Amino acid sequence: MKSIEELEKIREQARELINLRKENENKTRIVVGMGTCGISAGARQVLLAILDELKKRNISDVIVTETGCIGMCRFEPLVDVIKPNQPKVTYVNVDADKARQIVARHIVNNQVIDEWVIPNI
Amino acid sequence: MKELSLHVMDIVENSLNAGATVVEIKIVEDSKKDLLAIEIRDNGMGMDEETAKKALDPFFTSRTTRKVGLGLPLLAQAAKTAGGDVTVHSRPGEGTVVKAWFKKSHIDLQPLGNMAGTVASLVALHPDVDFIYRHVIDGRLFRFHLREIRKRLQDVPVNNPLVVDWIRKFISDNLKEINGGAEGWG
Ligand code: FES
Repeated sequence: MKSIEELEKIREQARELINLRKENENKTRIVVGMGTCGISAGARQVLLAILDELKKRNISDVIVTETGCIGMCRFEPLVDVIKPNQPKVTYVNVDADKARQIVARHIVNNQVIDEWVIPNI
Repeated sequence: MKELSLHVMDIVENSLNAGATVVEIKIVEDSKKDLLAIEIRDNGMGMDEETAKKALDPFFTSRTTRKVGLGLPLLAQAAKTAGGDVTVHSRPGEGTVVKAWFKKSHIDLQPLGNMAGTVASLVALHPDVDFIYRHVIDGRLFRFHLREIRKRLQDVPVNNPLVVDWIRKFISDNLKEINGGAEGWG
């Protein structure tokens, strides 16, 4: 059985990364829609894909949070990316694969993926 | 919802919207009794008796702006189609207990699905909540208590992506183990 003792190793790894990035105060936020229809449309897989991509890229200065129902069922799963001093960008009908690309292209390379975006929700 | 684990996610989100700081998820699978039971217990603001009863009613729910949402009626429907039912016990100021049960062998029972993904997601999004997750399969128990994890991590937050990933694997591996090594947990 996998044991809780292994956490020590994870703690050390995580700590190294956190220390490296402590200076960075202005944090990027990723917001995933977790209302009933978001969850039903696949928001959990989207969230896990985002976290996995952040983990693989050693990014620990991005805040990942959720929002509830905003009354746009047919666009779920929804993902907002909010970079400091930039307008909010809302991605619609996101799946796990799109989510990974959002991290790679928008979070890392600072390029909004226009074809998946709805402006000004 | 395609999986019961997504219903669990949604019901727990209700609990968190109701201000819960401790959420217990318990799943019991019993082959002899042909039973699958899910219990979600929170210390949120609770509801009065009438509201708790109506929370299961989709028509009532969709006509109001309450935060209880459609999740409970959906769960009730899933339970009823699989030979079971749902109850909601709640009192103002004392939290809420949702119990759902299913006939395990029922052909219309949705798969339980990825419980490890559900718990890991909840931890990632709500790092300050004390999640307790127990899963019993034919008498074999797996128990997860976020408070223990938090203690071990010291200054490292539980929603760090490395930690969330570890939690997901930790739960997934242990569920496989109490399930006799069978696949299907993801
Ligand atoms: S019910 Fe919330 S967007 Fe559909």
